Amino acid sequence: MTNLSLDAEQLYAELRAGVGRLLTPDTVLVGIWSGGAWLAQRLNADLKTGHPVGTISSTLHRDDFGARGLGATEAATELPFEIDGARILLVDDVIASGRTIRAVVNELFDYGRPASVELAVLVDRGGRELPVAPVFAAAKLTLPAHQRLSLAREADGRFTFAVKETT
Amino acid sequence: MLARRNPQLNAHGELIHLLSIEGLPRAVLTQILDTAGTFLSVNDRDVKKVPLLRGKSVFNLFFENSTRTRTTFEIAAKRLSADVINLDIAKSSASKGESLLDTIANLSAMHADMFVVRHSESGAPYLIARHCAPHVHVVNAGDGRHAHPTQGLLDMYTIRHYKKSFNELTVAVVGDIVHSRVARSDIHALTTLGVPEIRAVGPKTLVPGDLRDMGVRVCHDMREGVKDADVVIMLRLQNERMSGAMLPSAGEYFKSFGLTEDILALAKPDVIVMHPGPINRGVEIDSRVADGSHSVILPQVTFGIAVRMAVMSILAGNDA
Repeated sequence: MTNLSLDAEQLYAELRAGVGRLLTPDTVLVGIWSGGAWLAQRLNADLKTGHPVGTISSTLHRDDFGARGLGATEAATELPFEIDGARILLVDDVIASGRTIRAVVNELFDYGRPASVELAVLVDRGGRELPVAPVFAAAKLTLPAHQRLSLAREADGRFTFAVKETT
Repeated sequence: MLARRNPQLNAHGELIHLLSIEGLPRAVLTQILDTAGTFLSVNDRDVKKVPLLRGKSVFNLFFENSTRTRTTFEIAAKRLSADVINLDIAKSSASKGESLLDTIANLSAMHADMFVVRHSESGAPYLIARHCAPHVHVVNAGDGRHAHPTQGLLDMYTIRHYKKSFNELTVAVVGDIVHSRVARSDIHALTTLGVPEIRAVGPKTLVPGDLRDMGVRVCHDMREGVKDADVVIMLRLQNERMSGAMLPSAGEYFKSFGLTEDILALAKPDVIVMHPGPINRGVEIDSRVADGSHSVILPQVTFGIAVRMAVMSILAGNDA
């Protein structure tokens, strides 16, 4: 059994501190839709990076497209800065298999050739299927495969975690 | 009671073929338009290609000529990374006497994943959809006088792009309604998306009165038809109609139903003018209007690629 009394706000504070240490003056934050995008927006404001924040969607590069179809289409990539030569810090709520990151990196390269791409996450839940590793994770935990963990944003902007049973 | 299922939808109500806009729920149309918005931005990337249809074979089966529609389908499929095979059937097997279903069986044996079909006979894409393997998807690229659903959808995308919503609009469709599969698809789409006033405008020989049964306002006077419209969709006047007894001459037609700046001034100040192309300047539309500030004819072409990408990728992600 996993204790799921995860305090998303407390983890966010740790993420903010961790990302703060990783930032260089030319680092731009790019949040992975949807949970990572909320995190990146708030981090960008809290850490006053001075750069616009990007949002990236894995939809068009997913490897399970044949099985899942397109699904929700509100996810759209918006990168309001030059990608060529950029130092990019990807932000996501949860990393597991690493497949989303693979898709997102492909998406990123459709826009140009960044100088570097790193990843910071709120939660690393293990179960990697690809050689992908975050440079910062606010928490590491192991969850049963049938449980899906995702970030939710309350009306007042506060973060909580939602756990869903998948079939 | 056994419910007759729409052949375009699977048991979960997901789109598996696009044959006609008629009978599709609003949610499906909206999904296609929303998805097209995502694909529009692919044109702005360094790499104008996404891998959603990688490894899939899309066969363009054009039993009737259409360079523009075929090209936009080809571009859309290639931007989705599909392999595209163009078959100009009019010049090949059909002329040797092969039946439509034999042609399809042969192409299926070549492992086609999707057929994009243009045919002069209404219903040909339905026949193909009924007889192809379960994993194969069919897109109607225009069949006879019946339907041209991707044109209807790109017209809706264009309207939504400029007008934001459908529920307070007056849309005039002008020209040869009776022979136009574009008009039919547009009228079904406009109705489904909740446009309150749809007008069909043209001479009595080309605008049948029974359109009123579809909730369309029929206007045989151009001024009345265009007055206060938010959107004017002009249809191409096919030259062959002139040789029949339906119309006196191109000049006469232009005088009565051509879209000029004077006529357009009767519409709303922010009216948009659309046309599926190819346009006949001086027959249904004046050059000053076609090239003027209200014209969105060229954006329609750009949106058409994104809409066709949306349709193909949605179909490819759904199983029968």
